[in-house]
Formats: sequence, C-alpha cells, structure tokens
Amino acid sequence: MISFQSVGFVFQNGTRGLHDVTLEIGEGITAIIGANGAGKTTLVRHMNGLLVPKLGNVFVNGQNTRDATVAQLSRMVGILFQNSERQLFSNTVEEEISYGLKNFGLRDDQIGAKVDEVLSFFDLSDYRGKSPLTLSGGEKKMLCLAVVLAWEPDFLVLDEPTIGQDSINKERIEALVRRLASKRKGIIIISHDVEFLWNLQPRVIAMSNGSILADGKASHIFSKRRIIQKTRIVRPQLLELSTILETVSNPFSSQDQAVNYLKDLMNKSPLKTSA
Amino acid sequence: MENEIISFIDYSFAYQNSGQRALENINLSIKRGEIVVIVGPTGCGKSTLLRSINGLIPHMFQGEIKGSVTVDGLLVQESPVNELSKRVGLVFQNPENQIFMFTVERDIAFGLENTGVPRLEMKKRVDEAIESLGIGHLRYKPPYELSDGEKHRVAIAGVLAMKPDILVLDEPTSLLDPRSAMDLMKTIEGLHKKFGMTILIVEHRLEFSAVIANRIVVMNKGKIVSTGPVREILAAEESLKLGVGIPPITRLHMALKDGGIELGQTPITPKEFMQNVRGKLHD
Repeated sequence: MISFQSVGFVFQNGTRGLHDVTLEIGEGITAIIGANGAGKTTLVRHMNGLLVPKLGNVFVNGQNTRDATVAQLSRMVGILFQNSERQLFSNTVEEEISYGLKNFGLRDDQIGAKVDEVLSFFDLSDYRGKSPLTLSGGEKKMLCLAVVLAWEPDFLVLDEPTIGQDSINKERIEALVRRLASKRKGIIIISHDVEFLWNLQPRVIAMSNGSILADGKASHIFSKRRIIQKTRIVRPQLLELSTILETVSNPFSSQDQAVNYLKDLMNKSPLKTSA
Repeated sequence: MENEIISFIDYSFAYQNSGQRALENINLSIKRGEIVVIVGPTGCGKSTLLRSINGLIPHMFQGEIKGSVTVDGLLVQESPVNELSKRVGLVFQNPENQIFMFTVERDIAFGLENTGVPRLEMKKRVDEAIESLGIGHLRYKPPYELSDGEKHRVAIAGVLAMKPDILVLDEPTSLLDPRSAMDLMKTIEGLHKKFGMTILIVEHRLEFSAVIANRIVVMNKGKIVSTGPVREILAAEESLKLGVGIPPITRLHMALKDGGIELGQTPITPKEFMQNVRGKLHD
C-alpha cells in the first residue's frame, strides 16, 4: 500500500507542486490524469523518495519515505519514466538487466536465474548478448520494463508508456499491465492516452493544480464534463458512443459489448431496405 | 504530373557507414494542396524521408543516394538548402528546439531577418502569422512562459512567416494533451483552408490527424508499404498488422462488418458512426 497523508510540496522557485493530497493506492491498475503541470510526475516522485513532502507524510508498505533511501524504496516501487529508452547504456541486454540486481546486492546465481526469467517473460531471449541500442523502439520499451520488473517491485509506475509506440506495442503493454494486475501488483499509469486507459478500465485519479480533483471508476471520471475540461482530455470513443446511444449508465467498456448491443439494436428495429 | 509538388522516384538512401539503407526504393508523388499523414513504427524511415525533402539529406547528412527527389521543380540533391528552406517549412517534434528568442514576436521574425526580408514586409508577415495562429496575446511574452500547446503555435508561426509552399510537421501532437492536440489540428486545418499549402504530418497516432488528412502513407522498414485515402487505409486489414493506430470507432465498424452488418462509409469519429447507424434505422 502507498499512502499519502495530507501531503504538500513546493518547488524551490515557489511553484506549488502538491497541495493537501491524501490518498491510498493498493494493488490493481490506477491511472493518473491531468493537464501538463497538474502535478502527476511530482506525485509519483514522492512514491520512491525522489521527492520528500514539505508537509504531511508518504508511506510505502508502512515505511515513511522520510526514513528510507531511494534505493530501499525503489525495490518496492519501480518507476519507468517517459523516454526511459534513452537511458539504456549497457553493452548487452543481459548486463542491462543485471545492473540493478547487482546494485541491490543479489548473488550471481540469483541474478542469472532472474535474467533468464524476465528475458523469456518479455520474449527477449534472442537478444541476450546483443547491444540494447540495436533493438527496435518497441523492444527497447519492453527491455526497460524487463529491467525494472526483474527486481520484482510491489508497485510499477509507468509515465506515459504509450507515447511513440505503435498499436502492436500498445497492445503488448496493455497485456503486460493486465498480467501484473492479476499477480496482485499495483500498477500506476500516468497517461493522456484515453483510449489505452479505457481498455484497462482502471481506477482514475484526476489531478489539477497540484490537488486531487476526482478519484473513481474510469466510466465515472471520463463522463464528467468538468473533469474532462480541467484535465484537458477528450472522451474515449466508446464512451462517447455510449453517451449518444444513451447507454451511459452502463457504458461499453469493450468493443465486444458495443458489437452485441448494436447487433441487438439492428435486429429489433426494422432495417432500411433498398426497395 | 502538372500539380505535383513533391516527387520521389526510385529513391534509396543509406547513411554514411551505416551499412544498410534507411530508405529503400521510394516512389511517392504528392500533389499541391494535399494533406498527407505519414505513419509507421519508430525507425521506419519517416525522419529520413522528411530530411530528403528539405535538403538536410544530402547536404547535412551524407550518404549513398539512388534515384531522385524533386521539390517544386528543384532537384533536391543539386539545390542549396537555403533555396529549399524557402519552400519547405519544418516544425520540429519538440518546439523547444526551434524557439529561442526573448519574445514571441522576435522569434517569429527570426527567419525573415536572416533571409533579408525588408522591414515593412517583415512586420506584415509577422502580423499575419500571429493572426493566423491566434497568438496575439502572446506577442511580447518570453517563450519559456508558454505552455506546450502555445510553443507549438509559436514554432508554426515562425515557419509560416517564411511563406513555405510545403508545411512539414514532425509528430506535432506527441507532447500535447488530447485537447491541445485537437486544437492544433483545427489550427492546421484552418491554415490549409486559408493558404492552400501542402501539408505533411508525421505521426504515430491517427485519432487527431486522420480527421483533417486526405491521404495516409504507411511506412515500415524503410519502405512505403501502403498509401491511399484515409478511410481506405484505416479499413484495410493489413494496416492493423502493421501497427497503424486505428481509432476504436473504426475498429468497431470493421467488427460489425465482419459480423455481417454493413453500415456504409468507414467512420473516424463516433458522430460519423452514429450517422451511419441512424441512416440504417430510420427509413
């Protein structure tokens, strides 16, 4: 459990980062939305101690972040920042994955076993001895995920994971998030990509000006006009369709649902004929 | 072709010492006044294609060229970059990389100052660019105070002031929130209506750009793998396999079609989809 208790943060230049944030994040998928500058990244930086609150406290699995090092917290909360692909630096894929594990003090045999496991999980075994720089954009993203997940954090934070990814890679990331959620991990996703989020149907925390604007189910948060305006998003297409069809109390959360509804509608109503 | 403005003929390019071709046998013809979206995964050659249009290839980035690229009658390989840059205006992915003066106004005027445009003409063009992008209120602000969406508008204004025939935007929405991305596309559509310029947009995602485009070019591994009218490409089965970002509503339309329900023209927005549905329901 990650717990924020009346957290306030102000940057050195006086800009408000967070204001009186109280929330708890456990296992499952949690999305954080908000306009640029709303405080999304500031919020997640408090989760592994990169930032420490000016007011209030943050606890990670009961540990106050004031009393722990970033390294200790990182073992529990792995953060994958935007453009993390640019931080790859090792000579081989294997070394890239081992690096963090060595720093956490794992034994060589433990590291070897872990590397084998994540390489096969991410379908990267063929690249073991290759330079990370020779991978495609999508493969680099997967490698970054592999690096963080190798040390099995309880929480994984993804900052804009779909930017620059094609639809095939987006689906792979989506599948991975679901798989982690089913293993009772907590996955926290910062994203503007409403279609990607809609597929996952997460809990959504909407932020504005350093504060929590709303917190609830995706169908609820994305339906509210005021939240949509303040967070500068647009409604997901299937939700918009539900709104037009007046099924918004139970919106289409998947394409299959929409297909079934529309098939029904077409069968019940007299169809226009060419005659 | 008479109204053709960009033409790639059997064009291949390999960066020096790279050992492989970044572009392979490209044949592409773009008409004056078209809005074309170029999509494809990272590393597919989109940026190399853009550099081959504004002359950065081969004048800045050397390598091995086969075939030719012609822009507005000029053979790119044999034309100086300053001649090409009068015709082709490039807006970078990250506008921070191209705005740097102390005020928005000075920034927009920078290109004109450097090409020796007379003072009165310069003022007229800056005014026009500022008005076209609706950024009058930002005129005397320093660029670092602007939001990402505003910075994009300033970068476009600076390029627009040069009056290019071809406006090229490299991933204009990737750093923007959805609302700003939609607003920017509306701005681009407005500029197209007003000036009738040719517009090339390189994008990963299509939900914003597809609405304003005439045509999509899909690239993969240095080659053009398909090209055609927007709705045709979105509805093509192979687009999905290539990772083209098909809007969910278009996918729904295709799923219904597979299930035997034919609703007419391929939609891009829920509104278009509902028009189709209503057309079928009410006689």
